[in-house]
Amino acid sequence: MIDLSVKLPGLQLKNPVIPASGCFGFGEEFAELYDLNQLGAITIKAATLEPRTGNPTPRIAETYGGILNAIGLQNPGVEAIIREKLPWLEQFDLPVIANVAGDTVEEYVEVSRRLAENKVIKALELNISCPNVEKGGMAFGTDAETAAELTAEVKKAAGKPVYVKLSPNVTDIVRIARAVEEAGADGLSMINTLLGMRIDLKTGKTILANGTGGLSGPAIKPVAIRMIYQVYKEVKIPIIGMGGIQDARDVLEFLYAGASAVGIGTANFINPYVCPDIIRDLPGVLAEHGFSSIREAIGFAHR
Amino acid sequence: MKLTEDMLVMKNEEIAPGIYELVLKGENVRLMKEAGQFVNIQLEGKGLVLRRPFSICEINLPEKEFKVIYRVQGEGTGYLAGIEAGERLNVFGPLGRGFPEPALKEGETALLIGGGIGTPPLYELARRLHGRGNKVITVLGFQDKDGVFYEGEFSQFSEVHVATMDGSYGYKGNVLELIGHLQLDFDVLYACGPMAMLKAIQEAYAKEKRGYISLEERMACGIGACYGCVCDKGGELPYQKRVCKEGPVFALNEVIL
Repeated sequence: MIDLSVKLPGLQLKNPVIPASGCFGFGEEFAELYDLNQLGAITIKAATLEPRTGNPTPRIAETYGGILNAIGLQNPGVEAIIREKLPWLEQFDLPVIANVAGDTVEEYVEVSRRLAENKVIKALELNISCPNVEKGGMAFGTDAETAAELTAEVKKAAGKPVYVKLSPNVTDIVRIARAVEEAGADGLSMINTLLGMRIDLKTGKTILANGTGGLSGPAIKPVAIRMIYQVYKEVKIPIIGMGGIQDARDVLEFLYAGASAVGIGTANFINPYVCPDIIRDLPGVLAEHGFSSIREAIGFAHR
Repeated sequence: MKLTEDMLVMKNEEIAPGIYELVLKGENVRLMKEAGQFVNIQLEGKGLVLRRPFSICEINLPEKEFKVIYRVQGEGTGYLAGIEAGERLNVFGPLGRGFPEPALKEGETALLIGGGIGTPPLYELARRLHGRGNKVITVLGFQDKDGVFYEGEFSQFSEVHVATMDGSYGYKGNVLELIGHLQLDFDVLYACGPMAMLKAIQEAYAKEKRGYISLEERMACGIGACYGCVCDKGGELPYQKRVCKEGPVFALNEVIL
């Protein structure tokens, strides 16, 4: 019997597979396709204080092995999420992680406080790495001091574990990871998307209306593996790893690098059943490599 | 039961320059209930990751087959054009909301307006409306004579008028000019085509006629989860509708183009 369970701050996971924020809405659409209770947890779409309409379209562009998106944090605002989305999610036996975004420290703190008060939410994920908004977002995640200050303020205000989602668009990700750990972060999510751009050869204009967008998908997997590998060596808090995971073998590679659980993002758009497929395949892949639990595989590349 | 299925390619042939007719066979065809819905097809070529959305052109329930018509436009459709009968393609769908047929009452006339590669989803609709006993008029617009397709197919179920921009076939001009020229009388309109055409139709008819338009947008998930393909609906929050989930078919005055 292979033990898929994982225990993380605030999260008792049946298995390490977590749909990543922004790729799974609030779960409603995928609930029409399969039973969400199979999942380890769910990370819901980023919440801001006020409703946001996001960026103009086109918001999606494709590239080899990946996609660029510039959605721009479209969401109905924290109050509507608490009122309309969380009661629906309560019917599932599924830890819910709330992704929090904002323009200012005060906005992050207020949104975090309101979400943390809700019993459906088991942990927060601070989105300091969205590349598609003018203010806030990635600006908080590319400077170690700013990231640490924000983490500390949110920790003070919110009584739930805080995971900080790191941006790969930095020179030294270890420095940021250490800074947020010292500021009290309970865990890390990494990585968010890489800033990219595509230009249409016919029009000479960028394909995305926003100009730039975040690159995700299999193309970024080696970047994610490298960054998790580097950070795992230098921090003690657990890592939820993400970036281009397509199947159970990819999950094992992330565990080897140092992730304790994984986020599945873009792959949900390619195979809408990818999360249950990975959960089905994971015991076999672990057994094939001589493991009887997830725990044994975490950080295996460092031994 | 999964909404994704490896379907068998029965046919994939060029019917006009760069325009292909693809027929697929699979169990999930029996879920295809409305004209105007779409499928998201997975392509395996050269690092392509996203599925491609195609509107359903014809549903053949007894044979468990359906048809899409596509134009080779980029790498994805270029790859698709190389697929041969006997191969399989992974199809996700049917997805989205199609044309509401009961919008048309007994004895009423439907006007179908198709622009270029926007024409296909209207075909299944024409078949159904004709089958219900309604009068159907179809107006199709193309760039030039070479680009014209499905005129004969539509004529099985409707009165067909064709316009080409360069006048090399049928009426010279766009579909709206042709409708004006013929002084066509109708009760409900259904349209699919380029944004400029849909905008002009909305401007001309949104106030006085009932109608439905089918929109196109770059999509990722196809089920409403990623918010990649929103369109503006104006008014109160939420300001947007998702083309893949609340659409691709919208009432004529439901969205701001």
